[in-house]
Amino acid sequence: MLLYALLTGLIFGLYFALVGLGMNLVFGVMRIVNLAHGDMLMLGAFTAFWLMRVAAVSPVITVIGTFVLFFVIGLPVYYALVPRLQRSREPEMLSLILFFGLSQVIEAIVSLLFGNNERSIPSRTLGGGPVSIFDQTIPFPWIYAACVSVVIFAGVYLYLYHTGFGRQTRAIMAQREEAVTIGIDVHRVSAVAFGLGTALAAVAGVFAPFMLGSFTPSIGVPIDLVSFAVVVIGSLGNPVGTILGGAIYGVCLMLMRTYFSTLADLLPNLVLIGVLLVRPTGLLGRTVRHA
Amino acid sequence: MRKGFVRETALVLLPLVVVLAVMPWLYNNQLLLLNIVVFLVLAQGLNLTYGFSGYLPFGYVGFFGAGAYGFALTLMHTAAPPLLAVLVGGVAALLAGLVLAPLLRLQGAYFGLASLAAAEALRHVIANQDLSEITGGPYGVRLDVPFRPVLTYGLAIGILVLVMGLVAWLRQSRFGLRLRAARDNPVSAATAGIDVVHGRLVVWLASATAAGLIGAVYAWSAPTFFPEAVFDLSFSIFAIVFTLFGGAGTLVGPVIGVVVLYGAYNVIGVSAPKYFQLVYGLLIMALVLFFPAGLASLAVRRRRDG
Repeated sequence: MLLYALLTGLIFGLYFALVGLGMNLVFGVMRIVNLAHGDMLMLGAFTAFWLMRVAAVSPVITVIGTFVLFFVIGLPVYYALVPRLQRSREPEMLSLILFFGLSQVIEAIVSLLFGNNERSIPSRTLGGGPVSIFDQTIPFPWIYAACVSVVIFAGVYLYLYHTGFGRQTRAIMAQREEAVTIGIDVHRVSAVAFGLGTALAAVAGVFAPFMLGSFTPSIGVPIDLVSFAVVVIGSLGNPVGTILGGAIYGVCLMLMRTYFSTLADLLPNLVLIGVLLVRPTGLLGRTVRHA
Repeated sequence: MRKGFVRETALVLLPLVVVLAVMPWLYNNQLLLLNIVVFLVLAQGLNLTYGFSGYLPFGYVGFFGAGAYGFALTLMHTAAPPLLAVLVGGVAALLAGLVLAPLLRLQGAYFGLASLAAAEALRHVIANQDLSEITGGPYGVRLDVPFRPVLTYGLAIGILVLVMGLVAWLRQSRFGLRLRAARDNPVSAATAGIDVVHGRLVVWLASATAAGLIGAVYAWSAPTFFPEAVFDLSFSIFAIVFTLFGGAGTLVGPVIGVVVLYGAYNVIGVSAPKYFQLVYGLLIMALVLFFPAGLASLAVRRRRDG
């Protein structure tokens, strides 16, 4: 029991880190909370549903295709919303409302077009049977999702630390004003970061049907809370922190499900409040916030 | 200072109360009228904390739900009269506000989302299967309480007068001025000798109590409900959007917001319920992108230009 909870907790943790990574990137670069993050994830799940279940496209191509498609979708969304938002008095606070509005629009359009039914994808679509690790039987799609998450973390790390654009992205995260002064095109870099955030959410969405069992157009807001909890446990603007946050969250979730199942829904909320009160900068945070 | 307070109450609060008091004779949809007052209280209650301390609680509905359940649990487990139970609802929300007061150490989006998480946590506790015996759990509550439409409507208007009176007073008093100084620049305000924390805490608790009282009245007028109904995130969002639309920190702004937007929502809700969520989302986005400081800001800008 305990071993199973820990093991599946770590696997889900890697997946939850993928869920939160895009939100972290967007907050780190633009100082806005993308409450439409969960809806981007839901759109990714729909894309996966059509590609894999209806059109029988292979999983690898589905992941790559979703990534590219949603990266491209993210760019115009950035230019339409974010520069205007950042000229207002309190962009951080107003971003919550603006993107909540966007999330409602996305949810409404999807429900109007496709209805509110629960959808799922059979787990054999990803191929392979249950896998045995340390004598524990784990469904294959969970392992698949965890592996894809790891590959994507590596990709994001390479982007941020080994490309020119990534260096500029980190410069904006660290000191926006100074980044502008030394001639970084903030809007171009931010647009790419927003596109990446959208793409990461959508790729996480591809695996949502397998990890969450099923999905509906209205999974957005609960997913946002989970992502925010994961991001805050780690630290904002710190990709390694997000992985740690995901792992802690995943293990806690599985322990709760195993031992206190009726309270499992409370978990993201309590973890979020607890971490914010005890250590507002997150576990790996360095900068001091002015209260 | 006195003069401004009298003028604002005479120009905004008094006519509003008269209109609300006369409405039941002109329009017989009691429930809609009560809902309008409920949203007026929620918008003005949110205005207290957002307009005067700058904190935007996404989980404001938590206090509303705490009030509704404070009322319901009192009636279910004691022989207290409903009026006393309404007070208990207000106290329940006040206590919730005290417990959550440490959240005021957070800023910006952190505070907004932490308060949302707190409201969700409270809902999960109340809706917990294991507590069904005490709270009714996921099956909700069915209260055996006398139906008194005139009394509940009057109570709601009374709560509205209290909250709006407080807003009007904060707009004119030195205490309100200190609050706004602390909102706009906490460091300078503290340097000037203003007790920043104390002021924030006072409006936060007042705001929580208002939501709790009106939650209790709401539960009295609709005594059968599920946890999801009184902890529905839309209450928070509506209150925020109405306040922002009219202009936070003003007395008349939230009233305009409720009248215009709640009116519009009801028209859409009746004529095209299918497109409600879509229009609602688009309205919110347009509001933030084009009038982030509310309609009242247009008037202020014109006065400055002219």
